[in-house]
Amino acid sequence: MLDTIIRIPPFNVRVQSSFPEVRSHLDRFYEGFARLSSDAFVDFDVQLLPGKGVRRLWRKQVRFQVDSQTPFLPLPADQAAPLLEWGLNWTIASRSLGYLVLHAAVLARHDRAVILPGFPGAGKSTLCASLCHLRDWQLFSDELAIVRPDDGRLVAHPRPISLKNQSIDLVSAFPGASLGPLFHDTRKGTVAHAAAPKSSVAQAEATAQAGWIVFPTFRQDAPASVDEISRAEAFMLIQQQSFNQERMGDVGFETLCALLTQSRCYRIEYGSTEDGLNAIQQIVESTP
Amino acid sequence: MPPDVATLVALLSAPDTAEHLDEAAWSRVIAVARNANLLGKLAARLDAANRLPPGNPSRHLVGALMLSRRQRQSVTWEAVQIDDALADLNIPVVLLKGAAYAMARHASADGRLFGDIDILVPRASLDQVEMHLMVSGWTAIKQDAYDQRYYRQWMHEIPPMMHVRRGTVIDVHHTILPLTARYRPNPERIFDAAIPLPGYRCMMTPSPEDLIVHSCCHLVHEGEVDNALRDMHDIACLLESNTGSGDFLHRLAAAASDHDLSEPVALALRLVNRFFPDACTMEQLEPFGAKRWERAHNALLRRYMRAIHPSSEGSIPLGTAIARQLVYVRAHRLRMPMGMLTRHLARKAWMHLTESPKTDARME
Repeated sequence: MLDTIIRIPPFNVRVQSSFPEVRSHLDRFYEGFARLSSDAFVDFDVQLLPGKGVRRLWRKQVRFQVDSQTPFLPLPADQAAPLLEWGLNWTIASRSLGYLVLHAAVLARHDRAVILPGFPGAGKSTLCASLCHLRDWQLFSDELAIVRPDDGRLVAHPRPISLKNQSIDLVSAFPGASLGPLFHDTRKGTVAHAAAPKSSVAQAEATAQAGWIVFPTFRQDAPASVDEISRAEAFMLIQQQSFNQERMGDVGFETLCALLTQSRCYRIEYGSTEDGLNAIQQIVESTP
Repeated sequence: MPPDVATLVALLSAPDTAEHLDEAAWSRVIAVARNANLLGKLAARLDAANRLPPGNPSRHLVGALMLSRRQRQSVTWEAVQIDDALADLNIPVVLLKGAAYAMARHASADGRLFGDIDILVPRASLDQVEMHLMVSGWTAIKQDAYDQRYYRQWMHEIPPMMHVRRGTVIDVHHTILPLTARYRPNPERIFDAAIPLPGYRCMMTPSPEDLIVHSCCHLVHEGEVDNALRDMHDIACLLESNTGSGDFLHRLAAAASDHDLSEPVALALRLVNRFFPDACTMEQLEPFGAKRWERAHNALLRRYMRAIHPSSEGSIPLGTAIARQLVYVRAHRLRMPMGMLTRHLARKAWMHLTESPKTDARME
């Protein structure tokens, strides 16, 4: 039985599980993260448990439990590792922790961060993987932008990047990319995780100031375009990608405003990895 | 009482005890408080005493405070909307439970999380109230014919209604216990003693006595103990802020007796005494005639003490599980006669088996 407390900044997560897949997932993707002693504070007490009921006789299942809550239905047992990742995302997004949490990839360089909000089909995860493997961006997160209300700074949370379907082959060819096993027939299709770059994990306690908010759209072979948009328009768009701004009341609203005040906002359209990288570079270089 | 629950209760009564907690103890207390729906109240209590812990634990507490502040704003906005929807009817509209604590600015609302809004209206006006709410955008959630009949024939409320745009839920009551219950509280008394809310046209809050009687009867008639600790803390707060005023406990006992609810109120207060002895001492229970039911209540108290166990662990002890089941069945027996109860639980079990599953693990 696995029972360990891992420092996944900015949280301490206790993971308990009897599934060997969960142990090997943690060994592979959370190797560089500190293990804490049993007297540490635990933010999330996570358990991955075998399914209950008669179904377990013919079909093994895995349940996700956090602090004795079971927020969703069990999945087939071989999806225990992706369930851990999804469950953690859900927990961070739904818990009131005083952080503003947005659905976005975040990468940083020289204390300035680019935020890529995640509309479906935007190619957020692929662009995120290419920025941290092909350019020297530090991975903050491929899924959750975590913003501290006190000073409006983004907080690093460098977990493995979750890749879907076609992007798996693409990213596995990147130099330095390290992918785990494929999980077929999940609700998102085929899924695989790519390890966060070692250098990003080494700086996992970092924070950065928002610099750019970029709304990407990927269309195969489309001509590349970069358009600056107003902060008001960006506010409307990014608000739809916020998990908890509404629940945080005034603080949530003000934090989002502060984030936009620090940032220049863009829409980009791109048809290849190269174009996506160039668009980001163009945006960064055009900022004094 | 399990040790973590004892720590939580101690923190609520005496925030200074926070000084002695280490990080591991904070993780357990925060998990227990969250499960008991008390995280925001704990945070408010610690914050008021300047005892919020430094570092990681405080984030959970501060986050819960933000959520409760936001919910309080939203309750206020709902009260404005309901006032607008029902003002033309010229009837008293009395807020109950959480919404009443918040709007009357009782200490029990500090940091509290709110669910649905509960209102009490005269039974004769139910049809009109329902119609006015529908015109203003609320619609019935439970469309099922059995549920509709269950509420309308037997219950103390009509089926819950949800606002089509805001998604908020309102429970419209015409009395505070089901029509089928063993006791017959008197809603007229609540309307007569209710206090108008300044700035509103028809909104009122119950007198402190009626608020406590209702909370008590909710505590022992509601079969689920998930919120029992929170409800007891509500009662403790209400008692503490009122017992200063002379003969409050005698007026409370008189209210309980007028409502034909002396027995459940006495039981509830004894329960509150077990967890929050400062809020009501055993001697103060004298006016409620607690002696009369002492032996029966001793046994029930033991059962409740076992059932109230907001554990942070995944599985609950067997003794707790059995005690919870007994509390559930007893509460339902108080709510309806035995034959009716058997039919209702059988029907519910059947509906539970055939209903569709809940949510899935997807993020997007």
